[in-house]
Amino acid sequence: MTAFQIILMGLLIICAVSVSFSKNLLNSILIYMSFSLVMSMLWICLESPDLAITEAAVGAGITSVLFFVTLKKIHAIDASEPEAKEETENE
Amino acid sequence: MSRKKSNEEYQKTSAFRFFRWLSGEKDPYIGNVEMCPQEEYQPDREAALRHEKEHDAILDKVYDATHNKSLYLFHRLYQATSVLFCLFLIALLLVTVSYLPANGTVIRPVNNEVAERYIEKGLEETGAVNIVAGMILDYRAFDTLGESHVLFVATITVLILLRLNKTEKDEAEVNDRRFEPKNDAILQLVATFLVPIIIIFGIYIILNGHLGPGGGFSGGAVIGAGLVLYLNAFGFKKTERFFTEKTYKWVCFFSLSFYCLAKSYSFYTGANQLHSVIPKGTPGAILSSGLILPLNIAVGLVVACTIYAFYAMFRKGGF
Repeated sequence: MTAFQIILMGLLIICAVSVSFSKNLLNSILIYMSFSLVMSMLWICLESPDLAITEAAVGAGITSVLFFVTLKKIHAIDASEPEAKEETENE
Repeated sequence: MSRKKSNEEYQKTSAFRFFRWLSGEKDPYIGNVEMCPQEEYQPDREAALRHEKEHDAILDKVYDATHNKSLYLFHRLYQATSVLFCLFLIALLLVTVSYLPANGTVIRPVNNEVAERYIEKGLEETGAVNIVAGMILDYRAFDTLGESHVLFVATITVLILLRLNKTEKDEAEVNDRRFEPKNDAILQLVATFLVPIIIIFGIYIILNGHLGPGGGFSGGAVIGAGLVLYLNAFGFKKTERFFTEKTYKWVCFFSLSFYCLAKSYSFYTGANQLHSVIPKGTPGAILSSGLILPLNIAVGLVVACTIYAFYAMFRKGGF
């Protein structure tokens, strides 16, 4: 195992822990996205590019986009940004 | 639906009465039984408040840990046992793992003849340079068929859960536009350059599934991501020109049934020791490896459409 892989493993653990400890839901999703990106790099290091492509497209792309839409639906993104809320009220 | 009897005649039949009783449209007791008229319900606020206060007082008394000695003891015991139980579970799992054969030794169950055969005869039997594609779409094509159907069933379930009717859909669209301003110049410019590249990359992954890394699922996911980006930048009006609910239905129907038929044919020939007419081709050429390329295309189409459909349904409850 090279030093690069050890650094990636450490990043994975940091991401996984900070997802659950982050107070803001939007931040959690962004950290989750970075978790997926680090994971896809690790897949390449483990010589499985198939999984790396899928992980990058599904984990970092589509799952987090679906999470964003869900947050928007339950108005969790608006509540954390008071400016955006005022704008919509003014309309 | 056409009915032979007229409406009045139909209302006299026992079928009409049965369905009316089934749906509960008519109460059979009204008019037959003497009953006093129902009083209108009037909420008593004071009684409700009093009731709530009493409830709170009882709760406070029960959960007052400083005076209730046994409750305090129970809390302590509960915490201690939960920690002990967790530790016991961890220890149990670790002990079990320690009995497994070590990684890389010969006696591991992974090192059996199946993997050997895949590596040695995979190229010869499936014609795919990418052994992974040969495995998932030839040796284990039945699993992949199940996966595609799982995706299809998942979309149907989401459709049942999130679908809105016409008026609600219009309302949701208006809300959508208010919360997410369209015509974002930066996003649109970036999307104009990126979306074609992303989609062409996805097509490349699908078509090269039997030659290099990738395949139907990953390529389809990439194409779906490109479609979602396009939708975000330009809105539903533009995507509806080429992708509606009808497109989704027909693409999924044709891909899944093509997959079923093609694989049924190869299962049939394989099980009966018949000669398959599908040529293997020369390994390494784009038109080779028998059924893997068309199956990859079918899986990719299903996955791309499913991802787009998921996003559209989460956004506004329909296409």
